[in-house]
Amino acid sequence: MRDLTLSQAINEALAEELERDPRVFLIGEDIGLHGGAFGVTKGLFSRFGPDRVRNTPISEAAIAGAAVGSALVGARPVAELMYIDFITIAMDQIVNQGAKVKYMFGGKARVPMVLRAPFGAGRANAAQHSQSLEAWLCHVPGLKVVMPSTPADAKGLLKSAIRDDNLVVFLENKHLYFQKGPVPEGEYAVPLGVADIKRPGRDVTVVATARQVHAAISAAEALAKEGIEVEVLDPRTLWPLDTETIIASVKKTGRLVTVHEAVKRFGFGAEVAAIIAESEAFDYLDAPIRRVAGAEVPVPFSKSLEDLFLPDEHKIIDACKAVLA
Amino acid sequence: MDCRMYETMVSIRSFEMMLQELSRKGVLRGSIHFCIGQEAVAAGVCAALTAGDCITSNHRGHGHAIAKGARMDFMMAELLGKATGYCKGKGGSMHIADLDLGNLGANGIVGGGIPIATGAALGFLQLGLPHVAVALFGDGAANQGSFHESLNLAALWKLPVVFICENNQFGMTTRLAEASAQPDLCKRAVAYNIPGVKADGMDAREVRRVTAEAVERARAGKGPALVVLETYRFEGHYIGDPVVYRTKEETADWKARDPIPRQREYLLKTGLATETELDRIHADVAGRLEEAVLFARNSPDPDPSELVSDVYSE
Ligand SMILES: Cc1ncc(C[n+]2csc(CCOP(=O)(O)OP(=O)(O)O)c2C)c(N)n1
Repeated sequence: MRDLTLSQAINEALAEELERDPRVFLIGEDIGLHGGAFGVTKGLFSRFGPDRVRNTPISEAAIAGAAVGSALVGARPVAELMYIDFITIAMDQIVNQGAKVKYMFGGKARVPMVLRAPFGAGRANAAQHSQSLEAWLCHVPGLKVVMPSTPADAKGLLKSAIRDDNLVVFLENKHLYFQKGPVPEGEYAVPLGVADIKRPGRDVTVVATARQVHAAISAAEALAKEGIEVEVLDPRTLWPLDTETIIASVKKTGRLVTVHEAVKRFGFGAEVAAIIAESEAFDYLDAPIRRVAGAEVPVPFSKSLEDLFLPDEHKIIDACKAVLA
Repeated sequence: MDCRMYETMVSIRSFEMMLQELSRKGVLRGSIHFCIGQEAVAAGVCAALTAGDCITSNHRGHGHAIAKGARMDFMMAELLGKATGYCKGKGGSMHIADLDLGNLGANGIVGGGIPIATGAALGFLQLGLPHVAVALFGDGAANQGSFHESLNLAALWKLPVVFICENNQFGMTTRLAEASAQPDLCKRAVAYNIPGVKADGMDAREVRRVTAEAVERARAGKGPALVVLETYRFEGHYIGDPVVYRTKEETADWKARDPIPRQREYLLKTGLATETELDRIHADVAGRLEEAVLFARNSPDPDPSELVSDVYSE
């Protein structure tokens, strides 16, 4: 298997799906010749032409709406937002329209589209280009939300997302774009709603997403030297959520730490904690649950503050030690 | 006034060239968008405003800030993420603001400032203040719903706001004609029943003239106008932009219209300034800039306690 960056893996999934299904097309800002702000669609414009790779004006509401509308009549659009932060402008079409039409119309409509967007802090992009907004989306019935941590998962999950008959929001951490990993060639689909244990362990369950999966693995490696075995669980899709795997893991370890970059309050970690509290795993808990997350502030620009904002390996180690104390 | 605009343009150009140097040295982080080539817009527009008038700016906002009176030392400190910066290092290049000077902020969201300027104008009306608000935005932003909604509302309520579209021919890598069904942007004014004018954005005096006309009209209670200023950014959209979307010839043609030498020639020809006086302006700016860099580099990082402050008002 060759190594690809996460960005290349997404590019490959897009190319394969464009090749496989003539109903698939891409739509977004500067995704044409330029290949998108992060180069994810590089080469696709030359290969598939301007009708399959549609470069748009700066009009997020129209991009989202064009995707929803074209999906309603049978196309399978993959829309790109340059940064997840700009979803605010597209939100009506995603939340009030795309997510709800199937239900409102008594099941008669379907919206087979994907909305891709980079997210996350740590690149000095400041408050309007660094957010992690997955919790907003997970809160909306009708949406699916995917968040890969490895290039292989990105490829496999994106192919499933494109083939899914629902509106799937596919969130890509900016830092991971440049990270390499082995990616299967050709047909490779990872089902939505199936978690992956990235590192097995018996002492603490760490449920982490996207870039924080890697921070959790580093933390686990450090803790292993002290004889602490951390299980790193990557849900991969936040909704549908593989609660079974999470519950089974917590029953085994008796301890839970959640990690994400989004601010802590009302975040994905809170949902995981609540799921455990409501499940049979609750009786197996040997310590209170800990959440490691972004600080509850807009993302600051200055490096000294942005570093404090973000979760990292050390904060995860501290949380694991706290639940083991 | 004409010398002032020259000094403003020289300050903006020098400031951004210093940023390029700092970037090469690896001192600068984050997204930086240069307005080199577009200085006449910032200088001319702000020269048409008086104290109390407000602007909203965009991601390409260093020029707007300097023209509205921002200090280079506080700007430089902000760009280096220091505690002494305009936003205590919390905002960076895309969020420089100085409300005391009437700069309601740069903006990371394309089109984000247009409704805010409209709102500032509404505020002036509500409070009985004689001020005008100016929205500065790019040709790309004119394709956002926020542009259309704001023009309609401002026209409907005759708000004292002027919409200034800085048409540098591109929205990031996309050429105007590939993004706008009506590339003659000032015609959009027709849809909202307001004046729409187009002017040479490479000529500071022309920019000041058309802006002043629109501003005084707005101040007189006659409502908003759309002013489209034709200009060009000499640099890429961002640092490291491979610039695959335009030819070197096109860029060279626009560079031949550089607003700074143009204004210099005018000042000399009309006798408004001598070579010595203009050289002194350059020397003064260079001196202030050097001090600004020293100030910024010697300033402390924000205190860790700043992470959680300023989220809510007390
Ligand atoms: C809502 C939103 N969409 C997209 C972007 C990404 N982006 C930043 S600048 C830019 C181009 C803006 O073009 P224009 O308004 O013409 O201003 P210019 O950059 O040419 O000065 C784009 C697409 C953004 N910052 N905000």
